[in-house]
Amino acid sequence: MATEFKESINRAVNNPNLTGALGKFSEAYKVNRAKAYEGIDFEELRGRIADLKSDAASRLDELSEQFARNAEAAGATVFRTNDPAKVREYILKVAQDNNVKTIVKSKSMATEEIHLNPYLEKAGIQVGETDLGEWIIQLAGQTPSHMVMPAIHMTKEEVSDLFSKEINERLTSDIPRLVKVAREKLRPTFLAADMGISGGNIAVAETGSIVLMTNEGNARLVTSLPKIHIALVGIEKLIEKFADVATILKALPRSATAQLLTSYVSIITGPTPNPDGSMKDMHIILMDNRRSEMAADPKFKQALQCIRCASCLNVCPVYRLVGGHVFGKVYTGGIGTILTAWFDELKKSEDIQGLCIQCGACKDACPGKIDIPDLIMELRRRLVKEQGVPLLQKTIYSVVNNRTLFHGMLRAASLAGKPFTSGKFIRHLPLFLADLTDGRSLPAIAEVPFRDRFKKIVQPKSKERAVFYAGCLIDFAYPEMGEALIKIMNKAGIEVIFPEDQTCCGAPARYNGAYEVAEKNAIDNIKALLGVEATYVISACPTCTVALAHEFISTFESVGQTEWMPRAKELAAKTVDFSTLVTKLVDEGRLSLKEGQKLGAITYHDSCHLKRTLKVSEQPRELLSKAGYEVTEMFECDTCCGMGGSYSLKLPEISGPILQRKLKNIKETGAPVVAMDCPGCVMQIRGGMDQDGAKVEVRHTVELLAEQVR
Amino acid sequence: MLYEQFKVRAEAVSAEVHRFATGDMALEYLTGFLRNEGVSDAPHCSAVWADGSFPAGTERELLGAVPGVTFDVTRERAAQARFGISRMEWALADTGSLAQNSTAIDQRLVSSLPTIHIALVPTSGVLPDMPALLSRVNPKEYAYLAMITGPSRTADIERVLTIGVHGPKRLVIIFVDELGGEN
Ligand code: SF4
Ligand code: SF4
Repeated sequence: MATEFKESINRAVNNPNLTGALGKFSEAYKVNRAKAYEGIDFEELRGRIADLKSDAASRLDELSEQFARNAEAAGATVFRTNDPAKVREYILKVAQDNNVKTIVKSKSMATEEIHLNPYLEKAGIQVGETDLGEWIIQLAGQTPSHMVMPAIHMTKEEVSDLFSKEINERLTSDIPRLVKVAREKLRPTFLAADMGISGGNIAVAETGSIVLMTNEGNARLVTSLPKIHIALVGIEKLIEKFADVATILKALPRSATAQLLTSYVSIITGPTPNPDGSMKDMHIILMDNRRSEMAADPKFKQALQCIRCASCLNVCPVYRLVGGHVFGKVYTGGIGTILTAWFDELKKSEDIQGLCIQCGACKDACPGKIDIPDLIMELRRRLVKEQGVPLLQKTIYSVVNNRTLFHGMLRAASLAGKPFTSGKFIRHLPLFLADLTDGRSLPAIAEVPFRDRFKKIVQPKSKERAVFYAGCLIDFAYPEMGEALIKIMNKAGIEVIFPEDQTCCGAPARYNGAYEVAEKNAIDNIKALLGVEATYVISACPTCTVALAHEFISTFESVGQTEWMPRAKELAAKTVDFSTLVTKLVDEGRLSLKEGQKLGAITYHDSCHLKRTLKVSEQPRELLSKAGYEVTEMFECDTCCGMGGSYSLKLPEISGPILQRKLKNIKETGAPVVAMDCPGCVMQIRGGMDQDGAKVEVRHTVELLAEQVR
Repeated sequence: MLYEQFKVRAEAVSAEVHRFATGDMALEYLTGFLRNEGVSDAPHCSAVWADGSFPAGTERELLGAVPGVTFDVTRERAAQARFGISRMEWALADTGSLAQNSTAIDQRLVSSLPTIHIALVPTSGVLPDMPALLSRVNPKEYAYLAMITGPSRTADIERVLTIGVHGPKRLVIIFVDELGGEN
C-alpha cells in the first residue's frame, strides 16, 4: 500500500474531531433511519427500486433519447455526451455566449466528478456553491468528504474561522449565527447570478422532467432566480416512468438523512417564465462518462442502481473511522470506491478497495440493493488480474495451495512460536500472520492440531454422519472448538467424519483477489468433503461456511470454471452452519440441553458472515437462552469486530479502533461472557480482551453449548 | 383522518398548522397574524401575496389596503419582504408536505425569499401521499411542480439541525375548509 495512502489513514484515525463527529453521527443515524422507515416494508421497497433502476440501466440509450425528446418538446435544450471535457466546454460556451460573470450552484456530485468549478474559474467566471456544506468546503479549499454531507469532517470552530475571514468580522462558533451569516452572505450572490447550475436526483424519460431535492432551499433559488439554468445529470439517474419518482423519493430521504421527505422537492419539466416575462434558457446535459460501459458489464451493471443516498457510508465501520478524504476527491465510501474505479480509473481504486473489510453492513442498508462488498471484491480480482499478485502474497498462496506444505508449516510454527507464548497468547505468529500491532494478542498455534486430536476421539457408532469442515483456525488454533462440536453431534446421534484432505477454504486468497488460488482450494475441498457419504457438511466458522455454501460457486463463475460447478452446488446444498444445525436437532428432539440451569448474563456478538450472508442471528441466541444464559444485547451487536481475515494485518490502524469500539460495547453490558459463532471473531475479540485486561470471557457458542448438552 | 395525519407530520418538521371553516375566518386570522408580527411598509416588514384564486373581490381590496401587503410581486419586493403568502393546492398526509404548480415565478419567489411563508390550503386538497399527487398532475402542464415540507433547514455544521438557511425560517399553513379545491 502506498505510504501516502497509509499516511492519510493515520491522519484520519488520529483526528479526534473527525472520528468523534462521524462516530456520533453514525450511531444516531441508525436509530433515526429505523424510525423513518417505520411501517414501511424496506425489502419490498428496495426490490422495486432495484428493478426499476436495473431496467433503466439496461436501456440507457433508449431512455436518454426518450428523455431528450420529451425535455426538448417541453422547451429545454438537451446535450448528450460521453466525455467530461465536452461537458465542461459546453457549459463554458453557454456561459460565454450569454456573457455570464457569476454562477450559483446547488450541490451536484456530477460537477465534482468532472472538476467543473476550477475549469470555469480559470476562464474568469465566478462560481459560488450555495449548499451550506459545499460552500464551507469551497471556502476551505477542500473536497467533499461525504456525498450528502460534504463538510461533515469540519468543526463549528473551523467553520467560524472561515466565515470570520469571509465577512471580516470575528464570529463565535454559535451555529445558528453561522447559518445566518451564510444566508445573508449568499443572498446577494443568488440575486446577482447570471446562471444557475444544478445536478439532478432523478431524470424521468417519459416526461423529460428532472427532480431536485434540497433541505436548504438553495436548488429552488438556483433554478428560479438566474435566467439560465443548466442541469448536469449522469445518465444513471434516468428512470422511465414519472410515477416511479414517488418510489425513489420514498427511500432516498429516509436513507440519506432519515427524513420522510426533504424540505424541498422540485420536479422541473422544461423552462419556466422569468419575472420579466421572458423564458428561462434551460439546458440539460446527459453525461455518460463510462456509465454505458458499466451497464454493459454483467457484474458492475448493478452499481447503476445507486440512488446516491450515501447510507452505505453511514453504516460502514471503516468510513465512520476514516471519513471521506481517504477515499479520494469525489466519491467516497464503498460505492465511491466502485464509482472511482469506473468514472476515474481502475488503478485509482488500488489502495481504497483495500479499505473494505467485507462486513456487508452497506449491502443490508442499500436502497438500490447493490452488493457493494461483492463488487469491491470484483475490483480486487480485476486489479490482481491486471497487475498480478504481489510477490509476498504469491509465496504465501503457493504455500496455502499446497496442503501438505501448508499444514507442515503450521505445525512447524507451533513449535517456533512456543518461546513467545505467554499464557494462551503469543505476540507474533510466523507466516503471514506477521506484522502485528498492539491492542490484540494472538493465539498460539496449537501444539496438537485438531486433525491429530481427531484420530484419538472415540465416537459411538451412529446411523447418521456429518462431515466436519474445520477451517484453518479451528484446526490449528482452536482445536477445542472442534472437539466441542463432536461432543454435541455425538449426543444427537450423529457421527462426525473429518476428511484429512480438506484444506484452506480459499477465503484469504479470494478476499485478496487471487481467484485462481481460491479456485484450486475450492476444488481440493470439494473432492475431500464430498468424498465420503454424509447427510451434512458442518462448519463452526461462518467465513468457511460462506465459502462452502456460496463462494465456491461464485469463484467458479468468475473464473469460468464449469467442470466442478455441479459438485460445488452439491456441496453448497449440504453445507450448514453449526448453530442452524443444532437448532434443528434441538427442535426435532434429538438433542436436549440441561434443564433449569442459571448461567447468568451473556452477550452475543453477531459475526458479519453469519448474520448478513447466512442470515443467522436468532438461532445462537435462542440456544444460549435455552441453555440457561440470560442474553443481554450489546450496542451495535452486529457491527464488525475489525478482524476481516488478513485485513487486521494489513490495516491494523483501522482494525484496531473498530475492535476497541466492540470491546467497549461488550464491556458496557456488564456480562461476564461474550459468545460468538466465529473463531476469527474469537481470535480478534479474545486477543483484544486479553490486552485490555478486562475480565470478560470470550467463547465460541459451540464451547458453551457443549458444556450444557445432556 | 388524513388532515390529522398531515398535521402531526407537518408539525414534526416544525411547520405551524391551523384550520378554519370559512375563508373569512382564515383571513381574519391571517391579518391578525401579520399585524402581530409587525407587517408594514418598512424594509423587511412587508408581505408579498402571489396570485391565486383566493382571496377574491372585496376581500382582496381590503387586504391590499393593509399597509405593507402587496399583490404585485417582483423579485425585488419578494427579496425585501418578511412575509410571503401563497395558495398551495395540495397537502400530502404521509409526509406533511405541501404541493403546488409553481410554474409562475411569483409562486416560487414568495415561498422562497421571505423569512416567513404562509400557505393557504383547501382542506379538500389533502391527499394521502406522493403517488396520489403524481397521478393527478401532468408534467406537461406543470413545468415546475414544487413540494414543500417544513421550513428551510440544514445540518451541515456538525450535524446540528438549524432552521432557515436559504429559504423561509417559518412555514405557517392555514387550511380553509370552504375553499374549493381543483380536485
Ligand atoms: S450504493 Fe446504495 S446505499 Fe450507497 S449511495 Fe448508492 S443507493 Fe445509497
Ligand atoms: S462491506 Fe462493510 S467495510 Fe465494506 S464498504 Fe460495506 S460497510 Fe464498508
